[in-house]
Amino acid sequence: MTPGLARVIVNGLLFGIAAITLFPLVWMVAVSLMSAGEASTYPPPLVPSHPTFANYRELFAHAGMGRYLVNSVFLAVSVTLVSLIFNVAAGYAFAKLRFAGRERIFKLLLGALVIPGQVAMVPLFLLLKQLGLVNSYGGIVVPAMAGIFGIFLVRQYALSIPDDLLEAARIDGASEFRIFWLIVVPVLKPIIVTLAVFTLLGTWNDFMWPLIVLTDNSLYTLPVALASLSREHVADNELMMAGSVLTTLPVLVIFIALQRYYVQGLMAGSVKA
Amino acid sequence: MRRRAGSGAAWWFVGPALVVIAVFFFLPVLAALIMSLTDFDIYALADLRNLRFVGLRNYGRLLETPLFWQAFLNTLYFAVVGVPLSVGASLGAALLLNSRLARFQGLFRTALFAPVVTTLVAVAVIWRYLFNTRYGFLNYALSQFGIPPIDWLGDPHWAMPAIILFAIWKSFGYNMVILLAGLQGIPQELYEAARIDGASAARQFRYVTLPMLAPILGMVLILTIAGYFQLFAEPYVMTQGGPLQSTVSVLYFMYEEGFKWWNLGSASAVAFILFLFIFAVTVVQVRVARRGFAS
Repeated sequence: MTPGLARVIVNGLLFGIAAITLFPLVWMVAVSLMSAGEASTYPPPLVPSHPTFANYRELFAHAGMGRYLVNSVFLAVSVTLVSLIFNVAAGYAFAKLRFAGRERIFKLLLGALVIPGQVAMVPLFLLLKQLGLVNSYGGIVVPAMAGIFGIFLVRQYALSIPDDLLEAARIDGASEFRIFWLIVVPVLKPIIVTLAVFTLLGTWNDFMWPLIVLTDNSLYTLPVALASLSREHVADNELMMAGSVLTTLPVLVIFIALQRYYVQGLMAGSVKA
Repeated sequence: MRRRAGSGAAWWFVGPALVVIAVFFFLPVLAALIMSLTDFDIYALADLRNLRFVGLRNYGRLLETPLFWQAFLNTLYFAVVGVPLSVGASLGAALLLNSRLARFQGLFRTALFAPVVTTLVAVAVIWRYLFNTRYGFLNYALSQFGIPPIDWLGDPHWAMPAIILFAIWKSFGYNMVILLAGLQGIPQELYEAARIDGASAARQFRYVTLPMLAPILGMVLILTIAGYFQLFAEPYVMTQGGPLQSTVSVLYFMYEEGFKWWNLGSASAVAFILFLFIFAVTVVQVRVARRGFAS
């Protein structure tokens, strides 16, 4: 095989796989712009004959999409902000501060990573019910305030902070909180962005837990609302595609903008095993 | 003195996170174990005095429930067929991206990774439409090759393969990125040495790439299998467990048992069986991988 032919094969294959991978997403956008019923014809149309935003208007006007969008944004942002504070502080402490039982506690946390979150769901639901948090934003935010994976990610990164740097600040009489805020946080910035992107996308995309804990329609996040709408509107493909666009577009944009940080976290996360 | 001051402060840093994890994760996991030994149901939900300790009866009853077995076998089918295909796709894509001949690697990597970050529910809705028997694009594409329409989500034989196809599309980019990093970490000198020895591309793959990639490949398999056993949203959105319960997964069964019928004791038992199974599979894989290295 000549190098020229090999080059054509490799790049042709890559192009073909990329086209197949992106096709469902591109077609989703096309169908979302079609008028009602247009997509339920054979052969399936690839481009809208008369592009229209009618499906989007319908979603906001009659399906409460605006409300779901606000719920999703609010929950993703609050979970991200709150959990960052808890996880970054704890991850730093596990790496750089001394306290009794540090190694043992960390090992216990690492070991617990093998337990799937779903094991905790039933009792967690009852616990939150006791606390009056079922069917409220709190039901999502409170259990997500800290996570083992986030702590682990920050700890691995914080191990590289030189002890001399912290020691020098201590000798200058800086308090631990000042050191954390003025020295540690700026150094940890890359991993903080990584963890923020992970948490944001994870919370936005989460389905099973919001489905269980949010029973009131007006609190639904986009995925829960979309799943419920799709059971009602099985035949309204154009409408459902518009809903899918509204749900996936924000995460795709964030991913493309912050891709470097996301992939970094993925690598660091996979080293744990 | 300084050290001691630091130690007091340390608890302010770890304390809040540890309390959250203890109360909202460790406590529920422990409670799940205890609940799985009780007959916690809708009556106990109303009044805890109706709660009774039943020992292992939940587990015994589950093992006698045909739908539980079906859910277990469906999930096993999903994992046993889906994981090798998915990791194979990841490896193939990673090898292509890693080729010296490949152009626009960054662009292609982003494109192939895109489905991973999308919202599962939303893309499941898209695929439900792609799988539509009459108007779906998949059947249209197959008809170009003279293949008659397949009732993807309505035929009990095709529903699980359809979900597997969707799951591969959704997830192969994740492992692709990890394997690509692994491939890039293999020293070029090894390939050069193999080339000088006259090794063909296939032999280079067999004797250089695969052994060097083995540890990462093993880890990827373990994580992917654990992930595939947690099948839930796909059947929830695409098939609602049907047709003829051919896509009911263990978690789907747990969800219905717990949050539709409020048999919370039994649902906890399901969760624990799933956990123990994933754990056992992981342990076996780690053992096999270790033995592989030793030999």
